[in-house]
Amino acid sequence: MSESKKVTFPVEASHIMMFARAIGDTNPAYHDAEAAKMTTAGGIVAPPTFAQAVAQFAPEHPTRPKPGEKWFGSGATPSGIDGDPPASGGLHAEQHFEYRRPLRPGDVLTATYRDGESWEKQSRRAGRLEFTERFVDYHDPDGELVCRARSVTVTTERPVDQG
Amino acid sequence: MTTREFKIGDVHEEVLVEDLTRTQLVMYSGASGDYNPIHTDELYTREAAGYPGVFAHGMLTMGMTGRAITNLVGAENVRRFGVRFTSQVWPGDTLTAATRVDAVREEGGERLVDFSVTTTNQNGETVLTGTATAIAAG
Repeated sequence: MSESKKVTFPVEASHIMMFARAIGDTNPAYHDAEAAKMTTAGGIVAPPTFAQAVAQFAPEHPTRPKPGEKWFGSGATPSGIDGDPPASGGLHAEQHFEYRRPLRPGDVLTATYRDGESWEKQSRRAGRLEFTERFVDYHDPDGELVCRARSVTVTTERPVDQG
Repeated sequence: MTTREFKIGDVHEEVLVEDLTRTQLVMYSGASGDYNPIHTDELYTREAAGYPGVFAHGMLTMGMTGRAITNLVGAENVRRFGVRFTSQVWPGDTLTAATRVDAVREEGGERLVDFSVTTTNQNGETVLTGTATAIAAG
């Protein structure tokens, strides 16, 4: 998968609001600036998993359709491409975050991508499993680390309908 | 501001979603930027990808599970949150998270709480297991 090594991630209140709605979280700390002042957060903050929404700002993000390019989802036919989807990224096996502080509207973070280990396992149900580890570090403009994310994705030889 | 006392072994259950809808998967795709059609496009998912139907983003399950933690500690106090996705989540699922206080400790002048969390579906299957560490407010 090709992705820019560094991505600028502007954290915006409306994006946090939409993200909180999507995870079904009505906490006022995520959408109501006045009410958020009265919470322990002291103002709007992002939910802990919001850092993953940096995908919106990655120019080459593989699971976002781009104008003028064929997309692997359905249109006239079940898939717009022949063969395997390019860099669909496999299934998400693990996700870990460490935070120095919450993300807040107005933050302009630099996300730096780094590959970790990769390994293989054999599974009776899904065939050969290929695991890929990836890190994303989020720094503020002063170079302070705000958040570190570690993900593990797995590509299976055969589709599995669970676990 | 409230100060909550955390005791080792305390268990808290929270229903995260009842009858998960495909529309919520669309909402999560739009908010997160992960438009992989296996989460929103039944035709692609069944006929091209070979799955029985669309299923939830792991990160949606993690995001919903995060609520069970942030509702206990405050959204700004989470310092670590990590999960494994153990089973897929499908439209129609009802998910419940159970958090347990594993430790209360001091570190660097801060009072920290360690949690373990397990999210299960309506059939009792575990879909996510994880751990989190947060600053105990107060």
